[in-house]
Amino acid sequence: MPRDLRIWLAGGFILFLVLVAVFAPLLAPFDPLEQDLMAATAAPGVEPGHWLGTDSLGRDVLSRLIHGTRIALTVAFVAATLACLLGTLLGLLAGYYRGWVDATVSRLVDIWMAFPPVLLSILLVAVLGAGLTSVIVAIVVIDWTRFARVVRAETLQQARLEYAEAASALGMGRGAILWREVLPNVLPVVLVLLSLEMGIAVIVEAILSFVGLSVSTDTPTWGGMIAEGRQIIYQAWWVLVFPLGALFLTVLAFNQLGDGLRQWLDPMLKR
Amino acid sequence: MLIEARNISLDVPDMGHQVLIGQRRKLRILNNVSISLKKGETVGLVGESGSGKTSLGRSLLRLYEPSEGQLLFEGQDITHAGPAQLKPLRRRMQMIFQDPQSSLNPRHTIGNILATALKLNGMDAGETSIAAILDRVGLPSSAIRRYPHQLSGGQRQRVGIARAVALKPDFVVADEIVSGLDVSTQAQVLDLLRGLRDEMGLALAFISHDLSVVRYLCERVVIMKGGEIVEEGQTAEVFARPRTDFTRTLIASIPLPEVTPGWLDETPLERARP
Repeated sequence: MPRDLRIWLAGGFILFLVLVAVFAPLLAPFDPLEQDLMAATAAPGVEPGHWLGTDSLGRDVLSRLIHGTRIALTVAFVAATLACLLGTLLGLLAGYYRGWVDATVSRLVDIWMAFPPVLLSILLVAVLGAGLTSVIVAIVVIDWTRFARVVRAETLQQARLEYAEAASALGMGRGAILWREVLPNVLPVVLVLLSLEMGIAVIVEAILSFVGLSVSTDTPTWGGMIAEGRQIIYQAWWVLVFPLGALFLTVLAFNQLGDGLRQWLDPMLKR
Repeated sequence: MLIEARNISLDVPDMGHQVLIGQRRKLRILNNVSISLKKGETVGLVGESGSGKTSLGRSLLRLYEPSEGQLLFEGQDITHAGPAQLKPLRRRMQMIFQDPQSSLNPRHTIGNILATALKLNGMDAGETSIAAILDRVGLPSSAIRRYPHQLSGGQRQRVGIARAVALKPDFVVADEIVSGLDVSTQAQVLDLLRGLRDEMGLALAFISHDLSVVRYLCERVVIMKGGEIVEEGQTAEVFARPRTDFTRTLIASIPLPEVTPGWLDETPLERARP
C-alpha cells in the first residue's frame, strides 16, 4: 500500500472517530442508557431505528457504540500523551547524561518489564479504585517504559553523532544540545511510538472495561459492551460483534498511522 | 606558542569491560604526547586508525579532558578548565569534522546551522553575513534554506568548513576532512582550506592517514602510533629521510601514480626502498 494512502486512510478514520466522539449526543439516534425491554435483543434492522440492533436490556447498540468512542479516545489521547511525555523525558535524560541517571532509569525499566502488564494494570486500578482517571494513571504508569527504552537507545545513538560534538565545540551547553540538537532527531521515533501507544491504550481500556474495572457501568464503553455481548453471544451476536469491530478498526488505524509515519519520516533523513 | 600540549595522556573507560559496581578499567589512548603550534602554522597528524590522532586533535580543543599533562592556549592553562572558562576560547579554536553527514544536524537548515554557531559566540547572524560566509567557501546563498541531505558530499564539507571559519578562529583542527570525498572534490576542498588558512593566518592541525595530502598542505608532520608520537619534523625532511620503519611503511603506502604490474605483491617495505 502506498505510504501516503495509508496515512490518509488511518488518519482519516481517526479524525472521523474524533468527530463521532465530539458530536456523540447529536449523532446517536437513542439515549445509550434508555432501556426498552419490549425490544430487547432485537436483531439489526428488526426494530425501527435500531440499525445495529439492541442488547439484552433493549438499549440501542449503535448509540452505545457512538458514546463508547468518547471513553476510548479520551483514554487513547490522554494516557498515551502522558506516558509519552514521562517516558520520553526519562529516556532522553538517561541516554544523554548516562551515568547514574541512566543506571537508575534502566534498572527501573528492567524491573517494570518483569511485571505482566495486564495483571499490573488490574492491580493498580483495583488499588486506585475504578474510574477514568485510574485507567489513565494505570496506562501511564505501565507504558512509560515503552517510550523510555526506545528514546534512550535513540538518544544514545544520536548523541554519539558528530553534530552533538560540533555543537559543543561551538560552545553550546549540554542542556541546549539535548534540547535543540538531539531532541529534533529523536522526535520522529517518538511520534511513531505515540501513535502505536494510542492503539495500545484503547485495548488496555477495553480490557479493564471488560473485567469491570474501568468507568462505572452506566457509561457505555466498548469493553463493557463486549463483556455483556459475550454472555448472550448465541442469542444476539450483534451485541458483541459491533464493539469488537470498532475496537479492531480503531487499533488498526492507530497502528497503520504509526507504521505510515515511520516510513514517511525515515527516508527524509536518509535521502 | 598559540597552543601547546605538554606530556598529555588520555584515559577512557574501557567499554568492552563490563563491571557491576565501581569504576571501569581504564584504556590509555594517548600516552605522554607533546605537541605545539605557532600562529599560522600547519601541522599534519598522521597515523593509522586507532593511533590516537583524532583523540589528540580533540584533546587540543579541550573537547576531551586530558588525564595527565598540561594544555596551554596562549600560555593560559586550560587542562582542567570548566565550561565558563572555555566559553570565550571556543570561538577561537574550532573543528572541522570528518563526516559532514553526521556533523551537520539533519534537522536544521544550513542557514540555521551557521546562525546557531554565530549567535552562540555573539556574532552577527544576519542573512547577509551568512551569505557572505557561504560565498567565501564557494556555496550559493540559496544553500541557506537547504537541508544537509540536499547537498552533495563536497558541498556539505564546505558547510563544515564554513561553520568553523565563520567564527574567525585562530586554531582549527581538521579531522580527516577529505577522506569521505572523491579525489577531484578532495583537491577542491583542500585548496579552499589552504586559501582560508593563508588568508586568516590560521594555525591548523591537519589529521589524516593520507600522507600525500599531508605533504601538500603541512609544514610540519607528526607521525603517531598506538597513542604515542613516533616521529616528527619538517614535512620535507621526514619524507626525504624517515627515521623509523613505521614512517617508511606509511610513506610506502602512498598510492603510486602509475600502477606497475605486481605492485600488490610487493611488501610495503620493499616499495619504500628506492
